[in-house]
Amino acid sequence: AAARGCGGVWRRVLRRGPGGPRSVSRLWRAVACSARGGAVPAGHSGLAPWVPVVGLEIHAQISSNSKLFSGSKVQFAAPPNSLVSFFDASLPGTLPVLNKRCVEAAVMTGLALNCTINKKSLFDRKHYFYADLPAGYQITQQRVPIAVNGSLSYSLCIDNKMSQMVTKTVRIKQIQLEQDSGKSLHDDARSQTLVDLNRAGVGLMEVVMEPDMCCGEEAAAAVRELQLILQTLGSSQAIMAEGQLRVDANVSVHHPGEPYGVRTEVKNINSVRFLAKAVDYEIQRQIKELENGGTVLNETRAFDSKLGCTVPMRDKEGKQDYRFMPEPNLPPLILYDAKSLPANVNHQQVVNIDWIHERLPDLPSVRRAKLVELYGILPEHSFTLVNEDGLTDFFEDVVKQTQMKPKKVIGWILSDLLSHLKQHSLTAKESPISAFLLADLLNLLEKGEISSSAAKQVFEELWKGEGKTPLEIVKEKQLELIQDQEELEQICQAVIDEREKEVIMAVLG
Amino acid sequence: RLALPFQMSAALKEGRVTPTELCQRCLALIRSTRFLNAYITVAEETAFKQAEESEKRYKRGQPLGELDGIPIAVKDNFNTAGIETTCASNMLKGYISPYNATVVQKLLDQGAVLLGKTNLDEFAMGSGSTDGVFGPVRNPWSYSRQYKEKCVPKSDSEPENSNWVITGGSSGGSAAAVSAFTCFAALGSDTGGSTRNPAAHCGVVGLKPTYGLISRHGLIPLVNSMDVPGILTRCVDDAAVVLGSLAGHDPKDSTTVQDIFQPFALPSLTDVSKLSIGIPKEYHVPGLSSEILAVWSKAADLFKNAGAKVIEVSLPHTCYSIVCYHVLCTAEVASNMARFDGLEYGHRSDMNESTESMYAATRREGFSDVVRGRILSGNYFLLKQNYEDYFVKAQKVRRLIANDFVKVFGSGIDVLLTPTTLSDAIPYMEFIKEDNRTRSTQDDILTQAANMAGLPAVSIPTALSQRGLPIGLQFIGRSFQEKQLLTVAKWFEKQVKFPVIQLEEVKKWDDGVLQHQKSASFS
Repeated sequence: AAARGCGGVWRRVLRRGPGGPRSVSRLWRAVACSARGGAVPAGHSGLAPWVPVVGLEIHAQISSNSKLFSGSKVQFAAPPNSLVSFFDASLPGTLPVLNKRCVEAAVMTGLALNCTINKKSLFDRKHYFYADLPAGYQITQQRVPIAVNGSLSYSLCIDNKMSQMVTKTVRIKQIQLEQDSGKSLHDDARSQTLVDLNRAGVGLMEVVMEPDMCCGEEAAAAVRELQLILQTLGSSQAIMAEGQLRVDANVSVHHPGEPYGVRTEVKNINSVRFLAKAVDYEIQRQIKELENGGTVLNETRAFDSKLGCTVPMRDKEGKQDYRFMPEPNLPPLILYDAKSLPANVNHQQVVNIDWIHERLPDLPSVRRAKLVELYGILPEHSFTLVNEDGLTDFFEDVVKQTQMKPKKVIGWILSDLLSHLKQHSLTAKESPISAFLLADLLNLLEKGEISSSAAKQVFEELWKGEGKTPLEIVKEKQLELIQDQEELEQICQAVIDEREKEVIMAVLG
Repeated sequence: RLALPFQMSAALKEGRVTPTELCQRCLALIRSTRFLNAYITVAEETAFKQAEESEKRYKRGQPLGELDGIPIAVKDNFNTAGIETTCASNMLKGYISPYNATVVQKLLDQGAVLLGKTNLDEFAMGSGSTDGVFGPVRNPWSYSRQYKEKCVPKSDSEPENSNWVITGGSSGGSAAAVSAFTCFAALGSDTGGSTRNPAAHCGVVGLKPTYGLISRHGLIPLVNSMDVPGILTRCVDDAAVVLGSLAGHDPKDSTTVQDIFQPFALPSLTDVSKLSIGIPKEYHVPGLSSEILAVWSKAADLFKNAGAKVIEVSLPHTCYSIVCYHVLCTAEVASNMARFDGLEYGHRSDMNESTESMYAATRREGFSDVVRGRILSGNYFLLKQNYEDYFVKAQKVRRLIANDFVKVFGSGIDVLLTPTTLSDAIPYMEFIKEDNRTRSTQDDILTQAANMAGLPAVSIPTALSQRGLPIGLQFIGRSFQEKQLLTVAKWFEKQVKFPVIQLEEVKKWDDGVLQHQKSASFS
């Protein structure tokens, strides 16, 4: 009963106990992905299919030296409470001072996601009591966020076939700047809670994606693309395992033509892989619940990665009224463009949208297109190159240093190098074989000095990282191809002589 | 005649008095006027050290400026490093801040001697200085010869036990401290009139500068969008000196203006014929005592007779101001008070069944009924279902109120002249017959519109009432036009010749030191 993923059909046989109102086994199907809210053919049983709807709220920690409203350093895994200013601890009388770098990161991200950048945005207070929220409110942008109405294109492959990639678009509702909270560590044994405020006040960009997705794989692909964009921009390191990218998924299911179903929010997802699993599990759970005559509650659920399921979050029970209020200590955030930039203004103190726009680096989609054009590789290969950390640079380094055609180099990069890297959970930068050595090896192959199978053997030797050059390994293992015709003839003659019987049989056919 | 504070600066320079002498006199006066309850904390040791440092600078001939060696007091809602900051609340009793408010730091940097922290209503929520955990502040004028002669029945042998009058609030401690000569200047805060109201009742000058001119960093907020550090002194010139030492952009407060502030000395006006004084008719409110009304009219005549244009003007939205202020104030209070949860600092309840129960008990024990009442109503106004009907509407009305002022000033009015309070100070026993909310609503009525509009305003002691108590009038100026406002106020101050308080305690301690510079010129 596992979801097969996008483009496919969700099947599940439900068996009910006897005596139930509908005690027949039946088949239902949920059609996903290709049919957002549109007409979807009914399943075999004649019952209406289910349309899953997935929206995402993504919190990306801004990569900056200091926090959003204070001068405290931002650093992962520092000793507890070592990066806490008076403001971060909400000492009475302290005031927020906006960090320009965080604003620039949000503008950059907004531009990269095709958003309209609001020249004037506002900050609000969102109130709730929690141990790791010292002020009793979070400063966020509820009314007028810094960026709105964008879109993100992402691609994914159908049925896990690299050759069948489709590109989809999810609308970005808004990007808002807000403060991160601290961390609470619950010590159940001693029934106490320990609070670490190092993270309290770190700048976040909340990226709100419209519910344009319909399965875990789409959600995962969209988040992966966003992650790449953020890393390319340098606006966030976006490492999910370190909590720099946190994804909450809003999931609901409904029948085609009907209004959206009641949605649940799934939290506690800490990898792209788990995101896909969590969303798919939640879709299935909701369908099962509804098929069984139950209802879906508007609740927050946590993904349990060990059990692979979602469970209700107890401390998120009950409706909260956040009592939003304008933040009175921060004037409206005013951004300029080339036209509106006042003369005689101190450039250190203003953010110029056009200036940032002109300096945006190539985004992943552009880099992929350039790779395809420049090296003649397949689009799906460009995806792998760009999506794997540092692999494009590695590939291009190798190409520069070898006579082998890029189209051939890519095979070595993707099937040999990448599979080894994945096996050992390494990134391209951590590869024991440098681009220089790989190029060296590929040159030997290209010049015909070794065979392709010998090259693979050399590759294995190089992977051990013993500091030998490909040529040394070739010599040592006597893997050179023999170029001398006389010598080759002698070898052949020797083989024939040794196997007289087989030779006769071959000749006779 | 008693010395004006910054005439003291000249005396210090000339060596007629030393900073340590001055500090000791003030500390002695604080002790002998302890019954006023003006101070929550007296920082004798650090004050004396600061005075000694100041003395060394004077001996070297290198004082830091006019404030060097001048004893000052600070309302106990400004953070002071190393000295308790309580806000007169159980929530912060014993709380010692690790940093100085920007205004405190600026005063210290200029050599001022910080004597202590003054009493207030809890978290500055009140208009009497009667609602703090350290008890009410008594108005020094309750003990003046002027009041005793007129008001105390001859048969009553201990008048102060029943007849003493309130200081007004919430900066009553600061006003009383200045009024009783225990310090030369004091910081208050002004959100709805908290500096001007007690200044009027205590017969001192109370200046509320333009919002954004002085840093709020380190001022424990009541209403962030209206709070302004206030200045209490015994004359307008002194207020200008203190203003000059405090004003200017603070990188730690994003709501301070970037423009560079030029400190100014006030000219002595001789000709007021070019001035246009506006008399807003809406300030003639029900409940305004006939005595105040008479003083107000007389003041208008004073300007008229000196050749100024005195024009009746209208601020039509004034009557909505107080209810609108109530909504905005409580909403921000609810938000600002959320941080007092017992975790990081301040009072924490012993209740430990759950985090939530600890929060609830901490806040129940730490806040007074007044504070809790405001938090409750503020949260009600901020609820999703009420936000549009209350908070947003109040903000819109606030804009209308601010626009009223813009129009009036746009029509050529230079300053507005209004009463500061409805009446002179009333006895404590009478004051507490009404609750804090009722009192605040009544008492802020003439002052809080200036906060809504962010305008500078100053209360000037004008006359004594029939009971021998001070009456103050308020001037409201254009945004960031403090110099014009204070220049007019200084002229007015000179004309009215407000009498000096006659206090036994001051006489006892003032063997000439505080009282010799009739001739000393302003430094």
